[in-house]
Amino acid sequence: MDLTFSAEERAFERDVREFIAAHLPAETKRAQSLTPSVFSDPEVIVAWQKALNAKGWVAPGWPTQYGGPGWTPAQRWIFETQCALAGVPSISPMGTKMVGPVIIGFGTDAQKNYYLPRILAGDDVWCQGYSEPGSGSDLSSLKTRAVRDGDHYVVNGTKIWTTHAHHANRMFALVRTSEEPRQQEGISFILIDMKSPGVTIRPILTIGGDHEVNQVFFDDVRVPVSDRVGEEGKGWTYGKYLLEFERGGGIASARLREALKTVAAFADSDMTGHAIDDPDVSLRLSEVEVDIDALEMAELRVLSAMQTGQNPGAVSSMLKLRVSEIHQAITRLGVDVIGNDGLVVEPMRPLYTLNHEPVIPEALLPVVPKHLNGRAYTIFGGASEIQRDIIGKLVLGI
Amino acid sequence: MDLTPSDEQRLLRDSAERFIAETYTTKLREKNAAEPLGFSAAIWKQFADLGWLALPIAEDYGGLGGGAVDVGILMESFGKGLVSEPYLATVVLGAGLVAEAGSDAQKQELLPKVADGSMLLAFAHAERAARSDLARVETTATRSGDGWRLDGAKIAVLDGRAAHRIIVSARVKDEDNKLALFLVAPDAEGVTLRDYPRLGGGQGCNLTLADVKTSIDARLGSADALPMIEAVTDRALAALSAEAVGIMQTLLDKTLDYTKIRKQFGRPLSSNQVIRHRLVDMSVACDEARSIALRAAMMADDGSVARGRAASGAKAKIGKGARFVAEQAVQCHGAMGVTEELDIGAYFKRLLAFETLFGGSSHHYRRHAMLSGR
Ligand SMILES: Cc1cc2nc3c(=O)[nH]c(=O)nc-3n(C[C@H](O)[C@H](O)[C@H](O)COP(=O)(O)OP(=O)(O)OC[C@H]3O[C@@H](n4cnc5c(N)ncnc54)[C@H](O)[C@@H]3O)c2cc1C
Repeated sequence: MDLTFSAEERAFERDVREFIAAHLPAETKRAQSLTPSVFSDPEVIVAWQKALNAKGWVAPGWPTQYGGPGWTPAQRWIFETQCALAGVPSISPMGTKMVGPVIIGFGTDAQKNYYLPRILAGDDVWCQGYSEPGSGSDLSSLKTRAVRDGDHYVVNGTKIWTTHAHHANRMFALVRTSEEPRQQEGISFILIDMKSPGVTIRPILTIGGDHEVNQVFFDDVRVPVSDRVGEEGKGWTYGKYLLEFERGGGIASARLREALKTVAAFADSDMTGHAIDDPDVSLRLSEVEVDIDALEMAELRVLSAMQTGQNPGAVSSMLKLRVSEIHQAITRLGVDVIGNDGLVVEPMRPLYTLNHEPVIPEALLPVVPKHLNGRAYTIFGGASEIQRDIIGKLVLGI
Repeated sequence: MDLTPSDEQRLLRDSAERFIAETYTTKLREKNAAEPLGFSAAIWKQFADLGWLALPIAEDYGGLGGGAVDVGILMESFGKGLVSEPYLATVVLGAGLVAEAGSDAQKQELLPKVADGSMLLAFAHAERAARSDLARVETTATRSGDGWRLDGAKIAVLDGRAAHRIIVSARVKDEDNKLALFLVAPDAEGVTLRDYPRLGGGQGCNLTLADVKTSIDARLGSADALPMIEAVTDRALAALSAEAVGIMQTLLDKTLDYTKIRKQFGRPLSSNQVIRHRLVDMSVACDEARSIALRAAMMADDGSVARGRAASGAKAKIGKGARFVAEQAVQCHGAMGVTEELDIGAYFKRLLAFETLFGGSSHHYRRHAMLSGR
């Protein structure tokens, strides 16, 4: 066993570092550090995505024939780690990590040729239309209907908690195309143009004061049948495939480590009256750091198994659970570290457009909103209770 | 031993609960938040008419002579309604400090006005470098001409913008750096006030004092102010603890209702054992909080060690329980809990502010240990 990287891998690491130094705009970095919502606004990402796309580095997980860079697992690890170190914003996962793989796996050639390059270039901003008011954890009970009318589906119903629906021009959605005895059947996976007549969007504010999610209403919205991915009625299979993507297989430890470092730096500064001198704070910093060490090793175990062509197995299904809990432990520590300054609410959004001097140091402004919005980590993409059910069933066989 | 409330206390509870249920609606709360001072002057007037502002003030100064338990009864109801009126700043802290430290003349001048609603007070004590250490103050007071001169910077002043007088703590250079309290008008020359909406409701401000001149009688009394600040802060901790109990109970009630109604997989969320057990743990946390808050209130006038141990113990324990209840209330509501669709988030934020105010659980466990000789 060996934790060190080879000479070629270290050379690649240097390339990545130099690329970031040359192409990451300073204002992007600042905007990212002042973003308290779960995802970054498209306007924060756009310049960086363009640079990545020119280099062919937007979608590390894609096969080379569709524009993936063809990296080994170790290279993907190195790339993610360097991005985290440099404070690079994450590219929206909705295109590259969610709908992209489904189109690659199940789409027609025409869909691949049209949509995949647009995802890479950031020409389309995607949103995910799964959840409905009555269907959250029990997603397959969804009721939004798509009725066939010639070459179109006519869609009626509503989706909720739709991240970035207000920025998106496209939605991938699960809709009911027929009534079947099993609720998982009769669901189809379709791509909806958000500018279609009959689509309306109601903004929903999050607990941290950000506009990130929405409710979307469909009133006789016409969607070409050619924008259905895969077979009619098989959408649940594709949707689940994508949820697996959303849950595991990520490399999260590097970003968590940077987030913890930021909190530790606050604690070790005048801004917080040197909170680090509080033994409870330094103890908890270590506690979370060791949690991240364990997570990192788990992620490396998965990568190592993938590198040698094995199935990573049980460990990857536990990662989502731990990532969300560690994220929340970090944001919580941030709140405790900044103490009284956490009482200050700055309602301005986006925070990076703030045009007056804030009451507290600018860097501290996102700390509380991040903690508030961070409560969502144990809810979206399958709440922790549901994850535990899945792990119990699939891993422990109970 | 008798822990049954008196008839007066029962009446107080009934009228406070009725006021919150009938008058202090979510709509009113949201309207208040948009007011320039973060609360409603009309509601403050009603508090005065109901006798709530006079409640803990001594009868000699126009008050009702109530104690910490009575204040706790009121605060628990305030927690249920997320009341944003500056009761803690003006009545518990402000009037408390005047009563504890002021001369008879100062009490005669100020306390009746607090009781009738015409005088709002605030307490400017915390400083950035001090974190939660009450003894650490760098703001200075020097004799200047026939008055005092104040210099320094304060943070987390609760509802300072609304106050007619801000009570500022400072070290008196000529008196061995003894801690003292001064009444400062917020519009005095040299005072800069930056106010902000406060997490969970109400307002806060940061204050800078640069060469601020006050009259000689602006000083509250003349004794070392630290023991008085500790006593009044302990009473504030007891009051905040009672408020937290009201917030926790409300979150529990709302979560119970929601999980009974919300169905997934064809059954109510509350029919899942993991959710049921969680609700039970939340209710245990609420009940423990109620017990320890009552203890802090009942010991608020004890000697400094017993009083401090009870107050810090309550703050520390309720801090932990509040965190658990708040986080699980959000979790059990799913996405509803992390958005402004319901008011779960508003209660969550108020509890987070509770945890932060006057230091978090670890600070208070440490104080408890120190007072216990460990
Ligand atoms: C910030 C944010 C962004 C989101 N973005 C999107 C998006 O872009 N697109 C999209 O489609 N959706 C999105 N979602 C929705 C998300 O996927 C759902 O919130 C999630 O699936 C949970 O559903 P729910 O909120 O309806 O909670 P519910 O299903 O009502 O669950 C409430 C609580 O009960 C628990 N529970 C439910 N069933 C059981 C059970 N059988 N046993 C034990 N416990 C149970 C849950 O774990 C949860 O704690 C987003 C959510 C958030 C918070």
